[in-house]
Amino acid sequence: MIHLITEFSKYLMIILFAVYTFYSYTVLKQKDGSPRAQMIYKRQTFCIFLLHLDAYTVIFANTMEFRMWIFYGAQVAFILFLFFIYKVVYKKSTKLIVNHMSMLLVIGFIILTRLDFTLALRQFEIACIAAVLSIFVPLLIRRMKALRRFTWLYAVIGILALGAVFVFAPVSGGAKLAIFGVQPSEFIKILFVFFAACMLYQVRDFRQILITTIVAALHVLILVASRDLGAALIFFVTYIVMLYVATRNPLYFLGGLGLGALAALVAGKLFSHVRVRIQAWKDPFANIEGGGWQVAQSLFAIGTGGWAGMGLYQGMPDSIPVPESDFVFAAISEEMGGVFALCIILVCFSCFLMTLNIAMQIKDQFYKLIALGLGTVYGFQVFLTIGGVTKCIPSTGVTLPFVSYGGSSLLCTMILFAIIQGLYILRQDEGESDEKSNTVQKSKKRKTIKTAEQTPGKTGRPKNDRNDRSGSGQRKGRKSRFDEEDIDEIW
Amino acid sequence: MITYLFLAIFLILIAYFIYFQVFRSEEVINSPYNARADLYAEHVVRGDIVSSDGEVLAETVVGSDGTESRNYPYGDMFAHAVGYVNNGKSGIESQANFRLLRSHSFFLVQIMNDIRDEKNQGDTVVSTLDYRIQKAAYDALGNQDGAVVVLEPSTGKILAMVSKPDFDPNTLEEQWDSIVSDEDSSVLLNRATQGLYPPGSTFKIVTALEYIRENGVNNNFTFDCEGSVEADGQVIHCYNNSVHGQEDFKTAFAKSCNSAFATIGLDLNLKKYASLADDMLFNKNLPTSLTTNKSRFSLGTDASTGEIMQTAIGQGKTLVTPLHMAMIAGAVDNGGVVMKPYIIDRIENDGGIAIRNYKPSEYGSIISEKEAGILQELMEGVVSEGTASALSGQSYDAAGKTGSAEYDEQGHSHGWFVGYGSKDSYEDIAIAVIVEKGGSGSSSAVPVAKKVFDTYFNTKS
Repeated sequence: MIHLITEFSKYLMIILFAVYTFYSYTVLKQKDGSPRAQMIYKRQTFCIFLLHLDAYTVIFANTMEFRMWIFYGAQVAFILFLFFIYKVVYKKSTKLIVNHMSMLLVIGFIILTRLDFTLALRQFEIACIAAVLSIFVPLLIRRMKALRRFTWLYAVIGILALGAVFVFAPVSGGAKLAIFGVQPSEFIKILFVFFAACMLYQVRDFRQILITTIVAALHVLILVASRDLGAALIFFVTYIVMLYVATRNPLYFLGGLGLGALAALVAGKLFSHVRVRIQAWKDPFANIEGGGWQVAQSLFAIGTGGWAGMGLYQGMPDSIPVPESDFVFAAISEEMGGVFALCIILVCFSCFLMTLNIAMQIKDQFYKLIALGLGTVYGFQVFLTIGGVTKCIPSTGVTLPFVSYGGSSLLCTMILFAIIQGLYILRQDEGESDEKSNTVQKSKKRKTIKTAEQTPGKTGRPKNDRNDRSGSGQRKGRKSRFDEEDIDEIW
Repeated sequence: MITYLFLAIFLILIAYFIYFQVFRSEEVINSPYNARADLYAEHVVRGDIVSSDGEVLAETVVGSDGTESRNYPYGDMFAHAVGYVNNGKSGIESQANFRLLRSHSFFLVQIMNDIRDEKNQGDTVVSTLDYRIQKAAYDALGNQDGAVVVLEPSTGKILAMVSKPDFDPNTLEEQWDSIVSDEDSSVLLNRATQGLYPPGSTFKIVTALEYIRENGVNNNFTFDCEGSVEADGQVIHCYNNSVHGQEDFKTAFAKSCNSAFATIGLDLNLKKYASLADDMLFNKNLPTSLTTNKSRFSLGTDASTGEIMQTAIGQGKTLVTPLHMAMIAGAVDNGGVVMKPYIIDRIENDGGIAIRNYKPSEYGSIISEKEAGILQELMEGVVSEGTASALSGQSYDAAGKTGSAEYDEQGHSHGWFVGYGSKDSYEDIAIAVIVEKGGSGSSSAVPVAKKVFDTYFNTKS
């Protein structure tokens, strides 16, 4: 009977998630905020709650532990709280991203509860803390106009933290990752994006690009030395993407990729642990008792699960090494099914699209680069983890955002999305002033144009720029302030 | 542009995931390292394995108290082909493990079983093995050690696979400790696919083809056999020191003249010779999902005269599996095309409805059609006027090559026969027989092949 419930629920969950995913893409055709879009969001929310209830029914049926229902109740309260934050406190946030966050968090809770109740509980606690913290993030972004002044602070903190990991962190799983249970590289990702955005948002000459690139390369090299290849790759790709968008010069992009490929080749020659990963990727079964074990187990899980999955508690996700974090995608695919897993990929891509969408609509180059950089961090991390688990690319050991167990990862991802939401709200503000400006008196418009002409940086005065290089942080801060006022006025 | 780039990499992720699930997962999850099979067993009664002619080769008997035991009605006869499930897995039991533990019973039946908390019946694996042929081969080999492989050249279906010494899978658990503790015991080894033997004169098929490639079909080869030949102080004897006298190429092949072929070997372009051997699947994993060993052929361009002469007549360092030799014989019969050997024909649910059919799949041509025709003529000569004349004058047409592969210094040998037979309205079959310590192929292996041919061609299937 329990088996029957599990089987039935399995299909119900797949259908619910498929419908949810379908809506994630059809809603793109609707104008945001239109009644039709609102209705779709409501249906998505309905899918989330029903899927959640369904999963916990199965969990209860299989464990017969009452605490599961208590935990379930707490999660429902949490999700409602999350909706409340974003819906009420920040009226203009994008509902689609909030839905995605909730859905992915719920999936994470489900699979973690199934794998290890204690871990699920810890994950839940962190999610609560992160949710509370992220209340203030959009607020901060709207109020803190000085974010772009701290260029070198970001870089110094980033390099010091990563350096500390390299020097002091114990080796776990072949890499140096964490100090006192905190994985700084997760947070440095955000700081790094801020740093790169500060440096690049009005960059025009090669010297500044060179300096930025050297600092970026320093981040990447420390990570490589710590053997945190996944993070190193994320930093690298994020930087290349930001550089390209800031300069619009495809040469940087192609050159960067070429350089990266070259570096990868050299790394493959120099470091044995890189070779092991690549060997395991080429043929995990050749050395199944050694380096290939992880990937092979992951493939067993995904393959055995098939399209429909084994059903919760019917598989053996425990046989996969670290099923709760790096290989959570395999555990989900095994028990909840390949279709479900595909939907996760699609939802993650939808998340990424939303961030790009936001980035494209932001006029301020600084915010645009941040949105884009953070979006890239997220999108590329999803690619690395899912690609690694499915043996599409060599495994690099990164987490699946929102779903994988890991305090640093979860906290960082929620803040990352809070920032993106903050930027989205900013965009909405821009949009509103846009509407206003159409009805505003003409005299003001004239003044606006005048100010725009005076805007340094925008019109670009290379000579001056070079002279000011020495105090760039300070200077830029002032400039950007100016920019911002301009924006307010222009629009 | 960034959007499209990421769209592309996400599409790659999705495409790869689908590709894996559709094309790769079956092979992957069948790995013996995948411990998940036992999970299925909690909800499914392991399915039957049956022969292509409907005989049950393995079944799970459920006792009244729910205990399950695996029963093999034919005991030793299918021991290596069907394999075992306790103490590890082998044979079809291993290869089709997941298939046997999946149930495609009618879905209402499955729901009823779930409600009553009863197990579903696993799917049935229908093998390509033909009970009649297996029995003929098994009986013909008698109490001698060795192996027989029979396959259908046009499809790659394995019709029989016998390996001796064998074991009774029904009582394997009890015998296990004594088998494993006895280091000399090789009863668990499937000699048909994993046994590595010197090919002896059967390797002259390869040597002959290389000679023809270099010298043409209408070569003016003549040789006066005096029972042995000497070069650089190395002496090669014909079997039993027989003196074959004046002979042409076809006769030398038919009579399996070692002196002639050792001499031929010395003229060959060793590089091309080795590359032909590689083309004919030496030093390669055989294209099949069966567990096999790689056949070996090595002859460097700096090889000594003795080594070259030995290799040319199938001694030296060359080693082959019987399955490999059957595939070569099959390719000759099939116009040079090797079909991938397979042993599972289809999967059915417990109601006999096919769930999945395994289709023949082509590996490719290892030799040209013309060359296959030339070798056919040579191998027919072996039956009409040579060492396998016991197969002539039958209701079917047989062709092949015998071999006597020396395995010790005293000249004791294993007997080989590899070849094929054809008859109107019958599919051709190819066969490889090795009789350990059987002496000459003519006296030991050919009679086994004959019994298999007789059974196959003289009874209507």
